[in-house]
Amino acid sequence: MSDNAIEVRDLVIKRGKRTVLDGFTCTIPHGSVTGLLGPSGSGKTTLMRAIVGVQLINEGRVTVLGHPAGSAPLRRRIGYVTQAPSVYADLTVRENARYFASLYRLTAKDADDAIEAVGLSSHAGQLVAELSGGQRSRASLVCAIVGRPDVLVLDEPTVGQDPVLRDELWDQFRRLAADGATVLVSSHVMDEANRCDRLLLIREGMLIADDTPAAVKRSAGTDDLDQAFLRLIRDQEVAAK
Amino acid sequence: MILVSTIRRILTQLRHDPRTIAMIIVVPTLLITLIYFMYEGTPGAFDRIALIMLGVFPFIVMFLITSIAMLRERTNGTLERLFTTPVGKLDLLFGYGVAFGLAAALQAAVAAGFAYGVLGMDTAGSIGLVVLIAVANAVLGVALGLLCSAFARTEFQAVQFMPVVVAPQLLLCGLFVARDQMAGWLQAISNVLPLSYSVEALTEVGAHAEATGTMWRDLIVVVGAIIVALALGAATLRRRTA
Repeated sequence: MSDNAIEVRDLVIKRGKRTVLDGFTCTIPHGSVTGLLGPSGSGKTTLMRAIVGVQLINEGRVTVLGHPAGSAPLRRRIGYVTQAPSVYADLTVRENARYFASLYRLTAKDADDAIEAVGLSSHAGQLVAELSGGQRSRASLVCAIVGRPDVLVLDEPTVGQDPVLRDELWDQFRRLAADGATVLVSSHVMDEANRCDRLLLIREGMLIADDTPAAVKRSAGTDDLDQAFLRLIRDQEVAAK
Repeated sequence: MILVSTIRRILTQLRHDPRTIAMIIVVPTLLITLIYFMYEGTPGAFDRIALIMLGVFPFIVMFLITSIAMLRERTNGTLERLFTTPVGKLDLLFGYGVAFGLAAALQAAVAAGFAYGVLGMDTAGSIGLVVLIAVANAVLGVALGLLCSAFARTEFQAVQFMPVVVAPQLLLCGLFVARDQMAGWLQAISNVLPLSYSVEALTEVGAHAEATGTMWRDLIVVVGAIIVALALGAATLRRRTA
């Protein structure tokens, strides 16, 4: 098997009349935390949906762990957290976690461990509807990590979290990667990018950079990722003219 | 196993909503009571109409509940997420069918028990058959609700499907005008609507002490309609969407 957990080749996705991704190609190595960064509307969510296999694609190929994205063997090995928390609001955190655990033939104990891992134990018995926005997205995260996936795809999981918690969540992602999981996290907050092993910078469906945070900053000649992103975009626009 | 935990999950959601449970159980009984007082002076009318209503209420209620519940799965993103897990389409369809079927069985048993026990409803056939047909109707409502939810983008639209799907069946099922007295083309429409068969089955229970061949045939037609609706519903569930 190749070193890459995820391979995207010449991916074309159109939604309505708009071409969201136009010949997009990238690879994501095993056991890493890769940040998918870009402004909203740049195609991050569409790319993530293609990787987890729920997006209709027009052309190209997405391979995850050597299987075509969305194929049956992957469904036990992939975890997906959507941007809006997709858990059952009329169930408690624990009930949500146990339901998702059961889908992977795991036990109630596994569900409780996952709740503990994101620091929601004290709210385990509460209905999701009664939780704050940040707690709700952590509840959603629980249901993705409970199956101990080999590939974890997280669409803006840290939005609305307080800084301390955000820090803990990133530690959690790093631990999962250290245990061998491949983690793909999207964000539009640049300061989070420094915590990734690799960065994919995406804008208007085009890959602008694919490198380590240090290399991205070096190639743009700045220590600030926000600035680096801007320069890379300008360079690309100049090159296009 | 996934099916069992899906059934449990749906029933737990229901359990967290006591008001809905109360309405599922109490409303049909109240309406049957209303019918009782409406027809107090007309002998036989209550028996005839209440019998049919015992079959119709679970159909309407379960259709509505299911179409909203399934629409929520679609709009909350839980459906999309489930499709990245080992859940199969049939786990979901049968999960809803069985979970709400159980709720409907409880509903029908309470309403029928009250009608027979307290209001003195009387039929030639047994209460057990009435409940059986009512549950079949409820599952039909679930199956059609699952199917219709695919064509609604919002709750407002989903609710509008009730008059579209339920009202014609109710009007043409033989409750208001006997089916053999309708114009030919109305009868033809009535013949392809599943509710017509469950109402006929109930009428058979009302008239005969033992289960008749017609009743079993009608019940089989209803079960067939359930299978067709579930199959169409499965076709509308797509793992991949635009």
